[in-house]
Amino acid sequence: MQNRYPLWKYAILVVALAAGVLYALPNVFGEDPAVQISTRSGEPPAETVRQRIVDLLDSENLPVKSAEVTENHFLIRMPDTTAQLEAADEIELALGTDYTVALNLAPSTPEWLQALNARPMFLGLDLRGGVHFLMEVDLDAALAQTMERYTNEFRTKLRESRVRYQQIDYEGARVEVGFERAAVRERAFDALGGDYPSLDFRGEERDGLFWLIAELPDQEVSEVENFAVSQNITTLRNRVNELGVAEPVIQRQGRGRIVVQLPGVQDTARAKDILGATATLEFHKVDESNFPYQGGPDAATPPGSKVYQRRDEGYVLLRERVILTGEYITDAQSGIDSRNGQPQVSIRLNDAGGDIFSRFTAENVGKYMAVVFIENRVDTRRVDGEIRKVSERVEEVINVARIQEPLGNRFQITGLDSAQEARDLALLLRAGSLAAPMEIVEERTIGPSLGQENIDQGFNAVIIGFALVVVFMALYYRVFGLVADLALLTNLVLIVGVLSLLQATLTLPGIAGIVLTVGMAVDANVLIFERIREELRSGASARNAIDGGYEKALSTIADANITTLIAAIVLFAFGTGPIKGFAVTLSIGIVTSMFTAIMGTRAVVNLIYGGRRKARLQI
Amino acid sequence: MDLFKRETHINFMALRRVTFVVSLALLAISIAAIAARGLNLGIDFTGGTLVEVKYPEQVELSQVRRTLAGGGYPDAIVQYFGTSRDVLIRLGPQLDGGQVDNEKVGDRIMSLLRQEHPEAQRQRVEFVGPEIGSELRDQGGLALLFALGGILIYVAFRFEYRFALGAVAALIHDVTITVGFFAVTQVDFDLTVLAALLAVIGYSLNDTIVVFDRIRENFVKIRRDDPVETTDISINQTLSRTLMTSATTMLVVLALFFLGGETVGPFALALVVGIVVGTYSSIYVASALALALGVSKADMMPPEKEGEDAEELP
Repeated sequence: MQNRYPLWKYAILVVALAAGVLYALPNVFGEDPAVQISTRSGEPPAETVRQRIVDLLDSENLPVKSAEVTENHFLIRMPDTTAQLEAADEIELALGTDYTVALNLAPSTPEWLQALNARPMFLGLDLRGGVHFLMEVDLDAALAQTMERYTNEFRTKLRESRVRYQQIDYEGARVEVGFERAAVRERAFDALGGDYPSLDFRGEERDGLFWLIAELPDQEVSEVENFAVSQNITTLRNRVNELGVAEPVIQRQGRGRIVVQLPGVQDTARAKDILGATATLEFHKVDESNFPYQGGPDAATPPGSKVYQRRDEGYVLLRERVILTGEYITDAQSGIDSRNGQPQVSIRLNDAGGDIFSRFTAENVGKYMAVVFIENRVDTRRVDGEIRKVSERVEEVINVARIQEPLGNRFQITGLDSAQEARDLALLLRAGSLAAPMEIVEERTIGPSLGQENIDQGFNAVIIGFALVVVFMALYYRVFGLVADLALLTNLVLIVGVLSLLQATLTLPGIAGIVLTVGMAVDANVLIFERIREELRSGASARNAIDGGYEKALSTIADANITTLIAAIVLFAFGTGPIKGFAVTLSIGIVTSMFTAIMGTRAVVNLIYGGRRKARLQI
Repeated sequence: MDLFKRETHINFMALRRVTFVVSLALLAISIAAIAARGLNLGIDFTGGTLVEVKYPEQVELSQVRRTLAGGGYPDAIVQYFGTSRDVLIRLGPQLDGGQVDNEKVGDRIMSLLRQEHPEAQRQRVEFVGPEIGSELRDQGGLALLFALGGILIYVAFRFEYRFALGAVAALIHDVTITVGFFAVTQVDFDLTVLAALLAVIGYSLNDTIVVFDRIRENFVKIRRDDPVETTDISINQTLSRTLMTSATTMLVVLALFFLGGETVGPFALALVVGIVVGTYSSIYVASALALALGVSKADMMPPEKEGEDAEELP
């Protein structure tokens, strides 16, 4: 029947509206200042710790709103930010460095909504304050490190097989070895080819030499790059934990870039220091005049020696002179010693490191050597009654081993207790070795007050813009204008609901996108209403005018919106950060506005005029 | 309320030669301004550092400049941002003794200013590496091209190639004049303005499509074969809608311009200019060009179905 909607269409509208309202709802409840506690190892803190914290805050007379256990941390909600800051300091002091204590804003969404996975919109850094870093990993350096390793290995292997080469070098993803005769090259290929299935070997003649060229295929090159980036991400993640950030975002972007977002962080100088700091390794000779070490940490030492703390326990006396630093390490892998089934860590050094190391070990067979791990840690202490964060350099001996034989650029550390220890050591060695260098190529820091200002101004613009359009439409199209206004309101709710559901990041340009959508969304209704007026002018009955108006405007609306959508999608594909936010809200707005402006208004218009036989349209 | 109780009969196309000259003049001014003055590109595109500082009371820009010059940043561009308590400082990429150490510049500037004014509050620091800057520039240009290309294809597919050319010409016209406006006024041209340009493309096209849709419909419906008259009728029929939508969009964009804060100012401004130019261009550039390229009734008639007979043969 004309101008009657079937029940199912009303059902769709009601369901969509209900879902929109439901998912938009968490945004109404606001957020609690909270303290978030997690362990450094990433495991959830034990129940006893929670009790300790609750007792502690109780004894400090700090009111706690609630203490919850979430996925892998505790969340303690506080009534206000003053209490939050105080509580964070006290907890940090009490728990020490094994825990990360971070400030957070926890949404106070009621449980029944949380159960539906309804969360407030995810605000971008420009709205809630914080730091955004874009770091670039030097992928060329990562590749160069790998190629240098191959070059060194070739050199050693050829020497071992007594194959004389004239020249050897690497360039890009290729190692080039020059020989005097083709026959020598054949022998070299026999010595090398089988061991390196991942390299493509081929021959070449130029400059009077016979060259053996080993090229790393593109696929392997990207493997090397992926490894470099993921290693840097791991390192960054560890360091960000030092900063105590509640919801850090650390993501790869494109080939060699890493995005680091630290909401709430204001001390950018410190953030940069910590992100940029490298843990390092040093190899030291053990002072065997006192080994195993007897005495305390502060006992007098022979000149040139120093007492170091061991990671497990106790102390060890080492010569102060550094044999080698972690920069020379190119790789460390845990594994099993094939001879005795014991866990071990295989270490690879670069060319220069291999030379130093083989000279040193050759002279010191049978002696002991220690590996010292050095990192910068941030500790919370009470200084003169005030709680302060102190950054300190921690030096720990992670391994002491006997030199069994002269070592080259590949050697094993054995004498480890378990496979777990081997894995941990390998991880530490890799973390301390020079990963591909990284630099900050973009930074955006937004102060907390500016974030709030942006929210307020954006919100104002949306409300005022909305109010203006609502009044304008009601004046111009009367009853139909009101219907369009209703659709516009629904549209706003749906946009907020969809944004919350998708957890897409809302940025300031994103809010601008919503404002723009409010203005453009009524276009569909304007098109329809103008058509209805035209139909009325040409003498159509009310019923036919409504029907014709909607029908004829439909293809125009579709064309107009699809083209705008094309622009929005291109924007999304090319845009970064805040611009993406604009594209997202614009796209969502276009889709939801088509729904509300066409189907939504029709349903209401049908309800109002559908039953009447001879209606006079208020348009 | 109804401003257009009866159909209007404005002879739009009669003016098309005049507006053609106007459009050409505007384009020429824009291109000349872009070429001669260039755009006041934000650090998004040039690379560099931007610091927004809030002071508890009014500050003199000359004093801030002096402090920065004393600290080794004589090239810093210093300006008020909204109020005379908010200051925006911009610096191009820095080369400190050959060593690029840009990411620390923001922190250094802040500590310089704090020495003078301990209460100076850092509102925002942005640092964009020179490489990222040029990348964003390229990506921005590409985005515009891809958007135009995508639209060209869609309109050609839905309408006719002459309409598509008219639509895209109108878009290029709008983008050029809007960018020209930024070149003339030297308002900051940053990433958000680029986003606004794409929104303008979307908006202006929206307008154009509505007019085209009606032209197409009328070519089929109206018996007389006079493209100019048909176009005029179509524009008149859609005029009320064109003005209404422009009005509502303009309302919200103005709300954004006046209430959205300094950061979205240039963005809103680009939209204001774009909407005005876009509305004009759907009538006088898109439609006029489609006419000039010779769209006619014959192009719009449903194609003869020759294929169907062939298929029925055994």
